Amino acid sequence: MPHIELPTEYPGIRSLFVFRPETAAPLCNLAQVLLHNPHPTLSAGDRELIASYVSNLNTCNFCTRSHSAIAKHQLNSDLSLVKQVLADPESAPISEKLRALLRIAASVQLGGKNVTAEEVEDARKEGATDIEIHDTVLIAAAFCMYNRYVDGLDTWQPDNEEFYDKMGAQRVREGYKPSSINVTLTKELQTS
Amino acid sequence: MAHIELNNELPGIRGLMAYRPETEAPLNALAEVLLRSDDNSLSRGERELIATYVSYLNDCFFCQNVHGALAGHYLECNVRQIDDIKENFAASPISEKMKALLSIAGSVQKGGKNVTPEQVEHARANGATDTEIHDTVLIAAAFCMFNRYVDGLATWAPADRQFYVDRAPQRALDGYQSSVYK
Repeated sequence: MPHIELPTEYPGIRSLFVFRPETAAPLCNLAQVLLHNPHPTLSAGDRELIASYVSNLNTCNFCTRSHSAIAKHQLNSDLSLVKQVLADPESAPISEKLRALLRIAASVQLGGKNVTAEEVEDARKEGATDIEIHDTVLIAAAFCMYNRYVDGLDTWQPDNEEFYDKMGAQRVREGYKPSSINVTLTKELQTS
Repeated sequence: MAHIELNNELPGIRGLMAYRPETEAPLNALAEVLLRSDDNSLSRGERELIATYVSYLNDCFFCQNVHGALAGHYLECNVRQIDDIKENFAASPISEKMKALLSIAGSVQKGGKNVTPEQVEHARANGATDTEIHDTVLIAAAFCMFNRYVDGLATWAPADRQFYVDRAPQRALDGYQSSVYK
């Protein structure tokens, strides 16, 4: 049961957005800029992989499953690729550049000071730009916030693959703008 | 030296915000609504204290000095008194409600799942509302982001703590949305 009285028909961070629209707006706008808006070089799929990887390190079930589904739809792949990245980015079939960025993200998850000059240099050698390194650090840091927010208030997190998959496809279509978050679950998904 | 070329000499998060205005806007909007909006039953000083305490736990020098100076400005405390609260809030002369909220913030810093129903119940028994508990969790979570952002890119921070104290009154007046170049 959530630690505070949240609207029961909304899962995870969406129940918090409905509870407190004043903070929902900048939180949604930040996700929109970091993950959805066009980026000079990092695809939305790669940015979603960083988000789901950090969420998995923080053991936040709702954010991991949500952003895994969004990554899957953004990459036009299947969930097994995303799961491989989460389980072991070193052996997953991704670019060396993304692998180096995920190492930086993992250091950020432990704490900002854990990022080393060598990790940054390695990413640069694989072709990462300064903006890509900046955005990787900020995406990882932002998910250290979103994950703590969702779990710190003990929100309701459905255990239903179809729910996350549908929501993932919807986020790809609509983005994270505050106006896109008011989606009521179908009766069928609510009962699961 | 910062891990990336910021093309400016601004300290801490301000250098990052000037570098990437696209992400500056929502980050400052979040800080403004969480810490400075007056539509809140927690005072600005109380909210800055939560931000300071979490930044201290995350060992982020820039953030704990910026927000510690703001907390001191609003609460009329000096640096020594703010340091005493950071180091041992349980023994400090703050309300029982604030002690309960700082305890929740400390759990969030470790990870969201560390917050217990007992901590929340204790805060409520000392008068905390659902919105105050919500805002405490979100401020603590947000500073787990801001601190990682500032240190994860190895930004520079003025070492003289008086620098932050001197700037606090103007920041309190101007707010966060005009914070980058001032």
